[in-house]
Amino acid sequence: MTVGLTHFLTVSALLFALGLFGVMKRRNAVGILMGVELMLNASNINFVAFSRYVQHSIDGQIMALFVIVLAAAEAAVALAIVLAMYRNFGTVNADTVSSLKR
Amino acid sequence: MTADLIFYALALLTLVPAFWVVNSRNIVHAGFNLLFTLLGVAGLFAWLGADFLAVTQLMVYVGGVLVLVLFTVMMTRVPRAEGSGGGAARYLAPGVLALGVFALLFKVSSGTQWAVVETGEPLPTTAIIGANFMTNYIFPFEYVSLVLLVALIGAAILIREPKGISGDGDSEAGDAEVQS
Repeated sequence: MTVGLTHFLTVSALLFALGLFGVMKRRNAVGILMGVELMLNASNINFVAFSRYVQHSIDGQIMALFVIVLAAAEAAVALAIVLAMYRNFGTVNADTVSSLKR
Repeated sequence: MTADLIFYALALLTLVPAFWVVNSRNIVHAGFNLLFTLLGVAGLFAWLGADFLAVTQLMVYVGGVLVLVLFTVMMTRVPRAEGSGGGAARYLAPGVLALGVFALLFKVSSGTQWAVVETGEPLPTTAIIGANFMTNYIFPFEYVSLVLLVALIGAAILIREPKGISGDGDSEAGDAEVQS
């Protein structure tokens, strides 16, 4: 069976499910962020695969570029929040950090 | 045939480290496994003929986001007992939900009759993407650059040392100037 659209969708679905599992399972805030990155990459694979196999235009790739940019911005802000959290609470465990003040 | 083998190799390079990103006890190991997943995704982009996107993935994710993540991992010390515990019950709900989501996505993606068009040889995309950014996508392009600027400023403010926020340093400097 030659590689087609379904193969890419399956890889992307697996990556998305793994990312979701990581987001829900991890307690370390950085680990949660890694799960989010996996899910964003899965969506990007879908965009590019549909852009090549179904639509055959450049729009999907441009949308994937916007996703990459927003993921970079999200990572910068989220990691800054994690560092601020570590400074204020002395931990990066998302379960124990549940109050608005120290 | 060779292309198929390359695809399966890239899919393995993406998914096997992704499993360890999620399940590794040591968060540093998870970060380094994320490197291979991101490289695999860049390879899949290249396989699909998205050359510009593959290079962007390498530069932004592997060169930028991953370095940020590893910096943060190494600047925040996690006590060993904190990362684990809770037993099998902790894995149950996330595992069931993730499996359900995968089953749903797989059912939809394999059950739908996609209107697949014949694809020729992939063409270089850089010029087309650049032209689109300056014509059809000019507003989102400018808007996302604004978002990046706001995110940079926000991250810089969030990460500032608390001493700087109270303004003590500024007032002291002002006093010194008055005295002199």
